[in-house]
Amino acid sequence: MLKFTAEHEWLKLEGDVATVGITQHAAEQLGDLVFVELPEVDAELAKEAGAATVESVKAASDVYCPLDGTIVEVNQAIVDDPSLVNSDPQGAGWFFKLKLKNAADADALLDEAAYKDLIA
Amino acid sequence: MGNQTDDQTALKITPLHALHLSLGAKMVPFAGYDMPVQYPAGVMKEHLHTRAAAGLFDVSHMGQVIVKAKSGTYEDAALALEKLVPVDILGLKPGRQRYGFFTDDNGNILDDLMITNRGDHLFVVVNASCKDQDVAHMKANLTDCDVELIEDRALVALQGPRAEEVLAALWPDVTDMKFMDVRDALLHDAPCIISRSGYSGEDGFEISIPAGQAELISKALLEDSHCEPIGLGARDSLRLEAGLCLYGNDIDTTTSPIEASLEWAIQKARKDGGDREGGFPGASRILGELKNGTARRRVGLRPEGKAPVRSHAKLFADVEGKTELGEVTSGTFGPTVEGPVAMGYLPTAHAVIGNQVFAEVRGKYLPMTVARLPFITPTYKR
Repeated sequence: MLKFTAEHEWLKLEGDVATVGITQHAAEQLGDLVFVELPEVDAELAKEAGAATVESVKAASDVYCPLDGTIVEVNQAIVDDPSLVNSDPQGAGWFFKLKLKNAADADALLDEAAYKDLIA
Repeated sequence: MGNQTDDQTALKITPLHALHLSLGAKMVPFAGYDMPVQYPAGVMKEHLHTRAAAGLFDVSHMGQVIVKAKSGTYEDAALALEKLVPVDILGLKPGRQRYGFFTDDNGNILDDLMITNRGDHLFVVVNASCKDQDVAHMKANLTDCDVELIEDRALVALQGPRAEEVLAALWPDVTDMKFMDVRDALLHDAPCIISRSGYSGEDGFEISIPAGQAELISKALLEDSHCEPIGLGARDSLRLEAGLCLYGNDIDTTTSPIEASLEWAIQKARKDGGDREGGFPGASRILGELKNGTARRRVGLRPEGKAPVRSHAKLFADVEGKTELGEVTSGTFGPTVEGPVAMGYLPTAHAVIGNQVFAEVRGKYLPMTVARLPFITPTYKR
C-alpha cells in the first residue's frame, strides 16, 4: 500500500513497517541534492519530528517523520550518492524504514489520488 | 519537507522577464525583482556549464549609473567620486574598469561597485538591493556632478571559457579586449557597452544593452550551442568558488574593507603617503588598519566533511563549541570543487591557511580548514 503526506513524503507499507522517501515532486522542487543526513537506526521518532536533512546547492531542508515509530533501517546509498534521490526518488532513493507504533495510523494519510490533487 | 514561503509583494521585472519564462525558468523574488533562480537544467549543471563553456546571466536588476561632472571633465567626476570611494579613480585610464566600495564614516562598507572611465564621465554598476540608497548617496555628496540611474538598459553577463567565442559571432573586435577593458560596440545595430569582467571567476563579459534590444541580443547569444542561460543559484555558487564577496552576506555596514581582506582594491594613491591620501569616509580607520592590521579577517573555509556549512553558522576554536570565534558569511556546495565551500570571519590569529576551526551545524561541530581564496583557478584574460 502506497501512502503520501502533505509534506511530500511517500510511504510504502508492508505490515507495520513503512519504507519512507520524498516524492518526485519534492525532488524536483529541491533540485540537485548534494548532501543527505539520515537518522540513527533504533531512533524512536514522533510524527513530524525532524528525521533527515537534505541539502541542495542552494539550501537545507528537513524531512519529517511521517508517523510515530522506530527507525529500523536507513539507505546508506543516498548518503554516498545524494543524486540517487533526484534520479529515482520513489525507488532507489528511499530514505529509511520506519516500524510504526500503531500500524493503523497510516490509514489517515493521503492516498495517491489525494496527493496528486494536492500538488496539481 | 520544510519549505520557505516566498515574498509575493509587487515585484519589478527586467527587460528579459518574458525570455526567462519562455526558457522555463523557476522565478524567485530577489532584491525586489522577479528573477530566474534556475532554468530546467538546474543549479549544478548550470554552474558546471559556465566553467566548461559559456553561461548567460540576466543582471539587469543591478544599478547602472552615469556620473558626469557639471564641468564636463572626467577629472572632476573622478575626484568627486573619490570622496566616497577609497580607490584611485583619477588614475583609471579611459576604457578601463576597477572594483571599489562606498565606505561610511566608521570605515565600514555601504556597497561595492564597478567603476569605469568612459572618457568624459564615469559609468558605475552597483548592487540591486543598494541602488536607490547609492544613487541618493552620490546625489547628496557629488553636488558638482549629475548622477543618473539608467532605467532603460538591460545588463547581461556572458561568462565562461567560450564567452569570447560566443560574443565574437556578434562582434569580432571582442578579441582585442583584456580583463577590465570597457568598449562601445554595436550588437545587431544596438549601441552596447561591453566590459571584460564578471562575477564567476571565469573570463567573460558584462553587456549593457538598450532595453528594447535586450531580448533579441540575448537570444542571439543563446543561439550558440555553447551558451546556456544561467540563474541566480549558479551565480552564487560560481562567485563563492571564485572567492568574490556578496554584499549583504560577506560585506556590509559592520565590516571594513581591511577586515574583508579587500585591501588589494585600495591603490597607492589613496594610502598614506599617496598623492591623494585619504579623503574618503572612514579614512582614519581604514588607513590605520592598513598599517596596523585588524582584529579579524575574512577567510576561505573548506568543510572537511560533505555537509555544506551555510551563512550564519557559528565558528568555534574547539570541537565542544566552547570558544566562539566568528561566523560563516557565505556557504554552499561547490560543484566544481566537488565539495562544500564557505567564507567567514575569524580572529586574525586564527585566520591562517591550514588552521582548523569548527562550525555549528544542527547541533554538531563540523571541522573546517582555513583555505586560500579563490577555491578555483580563475581564467581572466589579463
